[in-house]
Amino acid sequence: MFKLRKAFAATALLALMGTALAQSDAKYPGVGRAATPKEVAAWDIDVRPDFKGLPAGSGTVAKGQDIWEAKCALCHGIFGESGEVFSPLVGGVTPEDIKKGRVANLTNVNYPGRTTFMKVPTLSTIWDYINRAMPWNAPKSLTTDDVYSVVAFLLNLNGIVPDDFTLSDKNIREVQGRMPNRNGMTTKHAMWPGNEFGGTAKPDTSNVACMKDCVPEVKLASFLPEFARNAHGNLAEQNRAVGAQHGADTTRPEAKVGAPALVAAPAAPKVEAPSGAKAALALLQKNGCTACHGVNNKIVGPAFTDVAKKHAGKADYLAGKIKSGGSGIWGAVPMPPQTLSEAEAKTIAAWLASGAGK
Amino acid sequence: MNQDRPVSGSLRKAPEGFLSRDGIQRVVTEAKSGRRDFIRSAFAAAAAGVAVPAAMAQSNPVPTEGGDTNILNLPEHSKGLGQGVAPDGSYGKPSKFESDVQRRQSPGLTQTTQASVSFAPLQSLFGIVTPSGLHFERHHQGWWDIDPSKHRLMINGMVKEAKVFTLDEIMRLPAVSRFHFIECGANTAVEWGNVAVPTAQYTHGMISCSEFTGVPLITLLELAGADLKNGKFVLAEGADGSSMTRTIPMSLIKSGEVFVAYGQNGEMLRPEQGYPLRLVVPGVQGVSWVKYLRRIEVGDMPYATKDEAIHYIDLQPDGLERQYTSIQECKSVVTTPSGGQVLLDKGFYNITGLAWSGRGKIKKVDVSVDGGRNWRTARLETPVLSKALTRFNLDWIWDGKPTIVQSRAMDDTGFVQPTYKQLRAVRGTRSIYHNNAIQSWLVQENGEVKNVQVA
Repeated sequence: MFKLRKAFAATALLALMGTALAQSDAKYPGVGRAATPKEVAAWDIDVRPDFKGLPAGSGTVAKGQDIWEAKCALCHGIFGESGEVFSPLVGGVTPEDIKKGRVANLTNVNYPGRTTFMKVPTLSTIWDYINRAMPWNAPKSLTTDDVYSVVAFLLNLNGIVPDDFTLSDKNIREVQGRMPNRNGMTTKHAMWPGNEFGGTAKPDTSNVACMKDCVPEVKLASFLPEFARNAHGNLAEQNRAVGAQHGADTTRPEAKVGAPALVAAPAAPKVEAPSGAKAALALLQKNGCTACHGVNNKIVGPAFTDVAKKHAGKADYLAGKIKSGGSGIWGAVPMPPQTLSEAEAKTIAAWLASGAGK
Repeated sequence: MNQDRPVSGSLRKAPEGFLSRDGIQRVVTEAKSGRRDFIRSAFAAAAAGVAVPAAMAQSNPVPTEGGDTNILNLPEHSKGLGQGVAPDGSYGKPSKFESDVQRRQSPGLTQTTQASVSFAPLQSLFGIVTPSGLHFERHHQGWWDIDPSKHRLMINGMVKEAKVFTLDEIMRLPAVSRFHFIECGANTAVEWGNVAVPTAQYTHGMISCSEFTGVPLITLLELAGADLKNGKFVLAEGADGSSMTRTIPMSLIKSGEVFVAYGQNGEMLRPEQGYPLRLVVPGVQGVSWVKYLRRIEVGDMPYATKDEAIHYIDLQPDGLERQYTSIQECKSVVTTPSGGQVLLDKGFYNITGLAWSGRGKIKKVDVSVDGGRNWRTARLETPVLSKALTRFNLDWIWDGKPTIVQSRAMDDTGFVQPTYKQLRAVRGTRSIYHNNAIQSWLVQENGEVKNVQVA
């Protein structure tokens, strides 16, 4: 008994010492551990404007073009000009801009759109984002040299580097000196929550809380045109069925003044019919199909309703096509083979074959 | 639901093309073709004091039977046995009669659902908390439902020792629970040049407010021995496909306001909101509230990430792009009555709406029911919290004449929400982000409420 107690006391003492040790260098012992260099290397991929974090490597414009056509043109267009899926990357910059570091078209209100290279001041941003997030449906799948190549190709499309250029960690700082909008940014504003950039303390506007006779005349300057009345769907179905106000039935023309007030619409609960359509639509979302296909509209690929029309009843053919991909039937832009399960492909194919309804 | 809602024919455009000349031209043309004059003359007539009898039927008349059949004939639920408690394993849902209160996409705004927005139904919400299932969404590369037991947070850069934390560990630390609004920097962006969308959901629905629970980021930085003096910036990075990144100033982190959140409205974050871990940066635009937060890097210069150098930059009339614009300035919107609604009758209404400021608390909200000529100070519903939504309301008796309803918020720095005229005078109409101008709703004689802008 005595022995046991002594042994216990010794253990308790050791344990106490352990605690004391842990607390000597941490407020919350047992919470968190040191990251290994291997772990940090796996995640610390960011590249700063001073190119800290940029891995060594290189890539040519020519190789970039090959990668572009295989993996990027799908969404961005062969020349990075497409605005069908995302904003255009290329265009709107001139040799004069490259010289000055300011893009003149940014002040031209008639220039249709603002491309990435019209805006971006820092080449690190382009490198970093392609490396971390592209291609859209398979981010982080490009090698370091692939990223250099694609960046070189984009620079070439914008007239910043010649056709035979090789971009590398050695010359990227020189290329930064040719970025068309490198002098086009300002931090002189009051909208950064700190004083790190200097900025200004004074907000842009200084309205006063006038209470009486504040404006001599109220004039309408802008309103929705009549044709847009139902453009966002029936607003009667986008408001609670009870309350101080109800939604306007925008499927019908406006009520005339003096006509009977609208009758409170009966709150008819919607019964959701479980259907193949619902399952198929969920799968289209899940598998990213809707990035390139709209239900009723062409995006990069054809509208699902158009596919349904062309291949009505051919569920097996469509299931195969989804899995194998292809090109030539709807246009030159290829659809890559899709990696979804057999069952999922069949659900989508069955929905397409039966008309792609809702 | 309308199954065949048109995909074209309205005014909205892809985000970077919000302010296309074509769109603006189209509105101007439409306006010139007579519609504008109709509304203007109707409004002017009323303003001039011309009495226009608005013969609207009373919304709840006594029926000819001598009483309301909903009272006279006892309903089934008064005469039968109701339903039992929820079955084990169930999660409660709203009434089936609430099915119209939904998040919605603005048709044609984006071409994919993975890089897109769903707007919160502000016109149907009460108080200041946004139900988690109605919280607006903005994704750049699709959302994920991540296994929390496999999620890790790394802290590295200018620290004594780079650290990794499991969610189990983060949830052991002292927690804070705070109400904050999150607003996308592009909220109300489509309205910079002209009216483009019909309802409060689409004009202002990229804002939501929740009680978030988590651990102040400064606690985690101190655990890693961060250099708080020379490390003036941190990079926050997500674990999703785009590994979204944003620069956060250390000064804001040192204030203790910034925290890593796992909780939202009493439960874990929703997957669309970054389950299991997101950054909360009070007062700052939503894009900085990095979802699926995986890494914090301490550094001595800003990072010029994609959303700091290509998007979320504000083009000024002189052609310069403002970089690192982050604070969501003082703003408000009347949610009832609001665009797309119909007033059922003349008489009493409780005008209500939301006000907020990224610089602190709401001090005062004024409401005008005559297009901004005269204003009355609204009641603020409690609580009134810093960098959170504040609900206001005001009595109003509608006489059946056309009028314009507006709200104007002031925060505790004394800043007063600007008019469109004031805002455009400084920033023009092409800056896409940070439109906090006063919103106008035209109440027409027929009871319909329209989104308008006044000169």
